[in-house]
Amino acid sequence: MMPYRQAQWEEPLIIERSSEGQVGFSLPNTEAPPMNIPSELLRQIPPRLPELSETEVVRHYIRLSQENYGVDLGIYPLGSCTMKYNPKLLDRVVATTKLQDLHPLQDNESVQGILRIFYELSQWLAEIVGLSKVSLQPAAGAHGEFTGAMIMRAYHRKNGDLGKRDELIVPDSAHGTNPASAAMAGFKVVEIPSGEDGCVDVKALRSSLSPRTAGLMLTNPNTLGIFEADILEIARLVHEAGGLLYYDGANLNAILGKAKPGRMGFDIVHINIHKTFATPHGGGGPGSGPVAVTKELERFLPVPTVECAGDKYYLDFDRPDSIGKIRSFWGNSSVLVRAYAYILMMGQDGLEKVADISVLNANYLARKLSQVRGLELPYADKVRKHEFVLSAAKMAHETGVTAAHLSKRLLDFGIHAPTVYFPLIVDEALMIEPTETVSKQDLDEAVEAFSKASIEAYSTPDVVRDAPKNTAVSRIDEARASHPKTMKLTWRSNAQPS
Amino acid sequence: MSEAHPYIPNSAPKIREGMLREIGARDVQALFADIPESIRKDSTLRLPGSRSEMETSVQVSGLLSTNVSTRDVVSFLGGGVWPHYVPAAVDEIVSRSEFITSYTPYQPEISQGMLQALFEYQSMVAELMGMEFANSSLYDWATALGEAARMASRVTGRDEFLVPHYVQPDRLRTLKTFCEPAGIEIVEIGQDRRTGSVLQDDLQRKVSSKVAGVYIENPSYLGFLEPNAKRIGEIAHEKGALFIIGADPVSLGLFASPGELNADIAVGEGQPLGNHMNYGGPLLGLFACRGDRLLRQMPGRLIGMTTTKDGSSKAFTMVLQTREQHIRREKASSNICTNEALCAVAAAAYLALMGPQGLERLCKNILANSSYAMRQLKKLDGLNVPQFEAQHFKEFTIGFDKTGLAASHVNAKLLQRGIQGGICLHDQFPELGQSALYCVTELHTRESIDRLVEAMKVILEGR
Repeated sequence: MMPYRQAQWEEPLIIERSSEGQVGFSLPNTEAPPMNIPSELLRQIPPRLPELSETEVVRHYIRLSQENYGVDLGIYPLGSCTMKYNPKLLDRVVATTKLQDLHPLQDNESVQGILRIFYELSQWLAEIVGLSKVSLQPAAGAHGEFTGAMIMRAYHRKNGDLGKRDELIVPDSAHGTNPASAAMAGFKVVEIPSGEDGCVDVKALRSSLSPRTAGLMLTNPNTLGIFEADILEIARLVHEAGGLLYYDGANLNAILGKAKPGRMGFDIVHINIHKTFATPHGGGGPGSGPVAVTKELERFLPVPTVECAGDKYYLDFDRPDSIGKIRSFWGNSSVLVRAYAYILMMGQDGLEKVADISVLNANYLARKLSQVRGLELPYADKVRKHEFVLSAAKMAHETGVTAAHLSKRLLDFGIHAPTVYFPLIVDEALMIEPTETVSKQDLDEAVEAFSKASIEAYSTPDVVRDAPKNTAVSRIDEARASHPKTMKLTWRSNAQPS
Repeated sequence: MSEAHPYIPNSAPKIREGMLREIGARDVQALFADIPESIRKDSTLRLPGSRSEMETSVQVSGLLSTNVSTRDVVSFLGGGVWPHYVPAAVDEIVSRSEFITSYTPYQPEISQGMLQALFEYQSMVAELMGMEFANSSLYDWATALGEAARMASRVTGRDEFLVPHYVQPDRLRTLKTFCEPAGIEIVEIGQDRRTGSVLQDDLQRKVSSKVAGVYIENPSYLGFLEPNAKRIGEIAHEKGALFIIGADPVSLGLFASPGELNADIAVGEGQPLGNHMNYGGPLLGLFACRGDRLLRQMPGRLIGMTTTKDGSSKAFTMVLQTREQHIRREKASSNICTNEALCAVAAAAYLALMGPQGLERLCKNILANSSYAMRQLKKLDGLNVPQFEAQHFKEFTIGFDKTGLAASHVNAKLLQRGIQGGICLHDQFPELGQSALYCVTELHTRESIDRLVEAMKVILEGR
């Protein structure tokens, strides 16, 4: 295990670095503009922005970057987030004026290259998920979910069922965005419990299905990393009840070239480009969440769609049954072009290898970590797909060291923590997704780090409870951060209006 | 293709076989045996075969190189995404791999860099907007507006939302998509055909105790400013509705901020702040508000400044997460998770470089260029420039009715001369006649404007 120590700059707020009269810009000289502007249109109080030279601005941000952990620094096994390595070529191909300086309303002839990329990418994504047509517009996974739920709404409206079918069924192990997106699209959320085996309880599903069912939202493999083997039966039941099946693509990495959601019976799928297709997460975004649908649902996709006639590519706005617009313009292009390059480079064989090795890595790590004292692997008899969930309940019970404590200690060893306390159906959950881009050595070092933290938990628990120490800052006072009296959301004000 | 893969280290056969042995699996296929055969059998991907990095690079760059960018021609397109200069330092900062390759900062101790950058972003957006709080980004202006309408409805318990006539069509359509499932009705308020100002008697008629919010844009989609913004806010507030202003952040270096105009919520598009146009995405949704009541209903992620537990240093972390989907599920204030964090960092770095002086000078620079363009175009016989008698910023409309030419015809002729004309407005706002929206920023040199005027002159003479 390599020692880890993150930079600790104690970098002041950028406004504190400000000194009057400094500038970090230069602009061409122009004549003075006519300034006969009525005073009520003018700003009275100038914004309190920092005044700094370019040198100082750059140093500030480079120091901050050094206080930030990324995939390029080490293993990042956040469950369900698919923090895989982002090939450097992807960043290079989009750093061109031929993309950066394209305006979305340019004459069609002038953007044939980018439209062709959009068109082919749509086709490839449809092939990968086994559905008919794709919209590249959603900016993120949750945005795709909202779009998909709106498509369900449009479908039921078209059938004259909108008022009647107002329930979307979501398993209790689902990502939080699923119920939130369903609610945003106007559906009542019906939560069903998972069965003994961690999968959808088909009996519970059957009893929640009714003429009010609009559909079911599901991820497969599920958040425990287990493939829902009853999926064909589940799909049959939902369809028989008149509902649609929605696939949350967060876990698509595991099944590339192994199973297609369309073949499982899903009608609508969103794809997390920033997870499965190796585009960087950017500290929380931008991402991209294209939506794929069956032939029957194509008419409802947001406008415009990207089409091809002969050898000409164009945007089609003439779609009367469309749910409408879900954002400005056509999609997060610089993310989508990266995905295009990634799929082109990986090819069919490379993508299958992604699934193979992401699943191998997860099973290998699950096996090793389940042997660490205090950690258990619920549903141990099942083979995992891309991820798995450990329970630290035993450790918490025996030592007082919780999953949260343990994850903080991992930071000290230069390993990003797993997703903690999710899914809610596992006590003291640690959700781990190594991805295909880690080496065996990375995995073995992770095992070593978990083992060391476990030994500490049983011998010197305070070391774990007081972690981290090697990060830019030590344990953070979260209560103070969110308390109305002490909360600070800008450099000017406290939360409470004074 | 060799079995070992540059991004998949454990694909090397010896390593892979060793790992399989350790977990007691016969081969990799055994790990997929739980997937029903009937699903597996159709799973082969009909995609092109893999390529080397070099081949991929050549192919993708080759496709992109066929695009004609706004650098290759003179372009006057704006209307939601605008050409502005992106300082080299901004590109450099957002290329840092520690920022790019990090996830949402769920583990704050190891993610202080991104958290501090986003806290500073929130501070700068709040300053610029003249508001108390800003979140750490939404997808774009259009979805920020959708969220604002839903938030206004939640806070007031009302279900009508008033929107002026001259709103960018994408934005209006997105707003409708967001509002329909929440049962919020969009009601249009008229704008004066001569000045563009909101018709106050129409507003008075439509603002009722059912109205959750009144929205205006300042500057508007068509570039004119609203001289009566404060009064509009008063009318909204008198009826207990929230007042929401959408703004171009660049304009706020000189023009009144939403906060100064008594807005409760401010939204806008952050792309002009250090983000490239990128064919319309990613964008950056600005969202700010004031008061505790609104804060608790705010969509999106918020970063707070606190201290370490031992009190030894300042520290940053995500706050008020109980509003968010991963805690609150179907009761969350929004479903948003992945946002536009890196675009927000670009905006913060941009604003830090510009400072208050830079932003004001930028505004004056844009005003100088756009008024020069208007002045020169006005001299041409038959053009109505601008169509509204008002102060404009960055964008203005040209009316072609007196020339007998269609705006699309003018654009086609301009294109032959290497000029991309403005957005044709006829389909969106037929009452404006043959009309186009022109955008002029600091990137438009006097020569490029002269070229437009010269070309326009030739086209008009040739009619």
